[in-house]
Amino acid sequence: MKKWREHTYSFILLVVVLVLWEAIAFNIKMTFILPSPTDILMKLWELKKVLLLEHLPATLCIILIGLGISIILGVGLAISMNSSKIIEKAFYPLIIFSQMIPTIALAPIFILWFGYSIWSKVLVTVLITFFPITINTYDGLRAGSNDLKELLLTMGAKKKDVFLLVNVPSAMPHFFSGLKVAVTLSVIGAAIGEWLGAQAGLGYFSRRMMTQFDGAGVFAPIIVLSAMGIMLFLLVKWVENKTLMWRKSE
Amino acid sequence: MLMIKTVLHFDSVSFRYPKQEKGPLIYDSMKFTVREGEFVSILGPSGAGKSTLFRLITGLEQPTGGKILLNGEYFSNRLGHVGYMPQQDLLMPWRTIWENAALPLQIKGSKQADMRISVEELLKEFGLGGHEDRYPAELSGGMRQRVSFLRTILTGSQVLLLDEPFSALDAITRLSMQEWLLKQWEKRKKTILFITHDVNEALFLSERIFVLTDPPVSRMEDIPVPLDRPRTLKALDIPEIMVLKDRLIDQLRTKATT
Repeated sequence: MKKWREHTYSFILLVVVLVLWEAIAFNIKMTFILPSPTDILMKLWELKKVLLLEHLPATLCIILIGLGISIILGVGLAISMNSSKIIEKAFYPLIIFSQMIPTIALAPIFILWFGYSIWSKVLVTVLITFFPITINTYDGLRAGSNDLKELLLTMGAKKKDVFLLVNVPSAMPHFFSGLKVAVTLSVIGAAIGEWLGAQAGLGYFSRRMMTQFDGAGVFAPIIVLSAMGIMLFLLVKWVENKTLMWRKSE
Repeated sequence: MLMIKTVLHFDSVSFRYPKQEKGPLIYDSMKFTVREGEFVSILGPSGAGKSTLFRLITGLEQPTGGKILLNGEYFSNRLGHVGYMPQQDLLMPWRTIWENAALPLQIKGSKQADMRISVEELLKEFGLGGHEDRYPAELSGGMRQRVSFLRTILTGSQVLLLDEPFSALDAITRLSMQEWLLKQWEKRKKTILFITHDVNEALFLSERIFVLTDPPVSRMEDIPVPLDRPRTLKALDIPEIMVLKDRLIDQLRTKATT
């Protein structure tokens, strides 16, 4: 109960915004430019089959493959940078630099390379989600206490033991922080990718509705996208709580 | 003839931190010997290089000159041969109590099930029964230090180095932990080297007290404590000990001011 009460004020604000929106939309009477929240909900209901059975799986597929690659790439890079100073010096600045590139501007070239296949979209997703995973995991690996590492050495631990017993567990909370950011970004990445060229997907559908001046049709898939983002986030949070049970005791 | 075994011997050991090649020597051909089953305290003001001594014994640092012998043998790599208990408990917050205590067994490659049984037994003996599956953050400071001590015992080493293990505890917990430690020492027949800057603690616990002077140290003053065992805290009030206590405090004080 207490958990719900905390959200009372934001809930009230949300209702106020929706009511205002409804009122303004009602007065403008131009549904194709500003659909009202009820218009959007009705559209959502009307399109539920197409959206949930055809376009949602397409987008979810891009997100999951993209995140999967990002996790493998990000964790791999973090471990390599942690184990070798040379690799760290070579990669770290470039990884930071890669975030200065406006990914959206670069995306059309991926379409040139991979066509309208799923990989052009996956690549956009990977490009914006691997960064938070890499940097957080890398910081986490370095966060292990030196005193603890030395204590393990006095017990006769090898380098590998120290890594598995100290570095990896210390990195876990950081890894999950990175993953939570990445999940949120992955939804954006997939949607942008689909705008540029696709045959299915929620981002693609939203853009197609725009060309048809169907305002409510633009918003409806965005609601599904947001809901998906929230679900993915909650899923990661749930796994995090299960994995890091000890944090509750602190 | 009864021979008492030497478990630790410093043979003209010199040391300076390797990063400061031209830096001052911390120890200069230092010699001392610790025999099996002894309880020796190392007393000195902060900054006198007490912890450095332990880093040398454990093998985290190597002497610049001279040799360190364990049980009469010379090992070039001493890591894994002596048990070390640090000042902070250094329990891993992500491991339960029994998993923390079992750490040295795990490093030596024991099986999960075997570890659980032997650790559970010892936890009970240490007054920690029923806490096996809790996390360190749920335990009091005194309990955490007992887990940390158990972890040190489980290294299986004959020589245990305790680095101011009780300095972060409140005065009352500290007293009961000192008495508890003495019981454990008598029961387990280990050799203990105990770093402290507390004169009372050193007198109450040890057979001998080594006093560290300012570096470079070539000889630690070796003071036997003229008390029988079992000891009570009241024993510290007899005149002979009072004189010794004053002398030690004076020695520490002059070192702190100069």
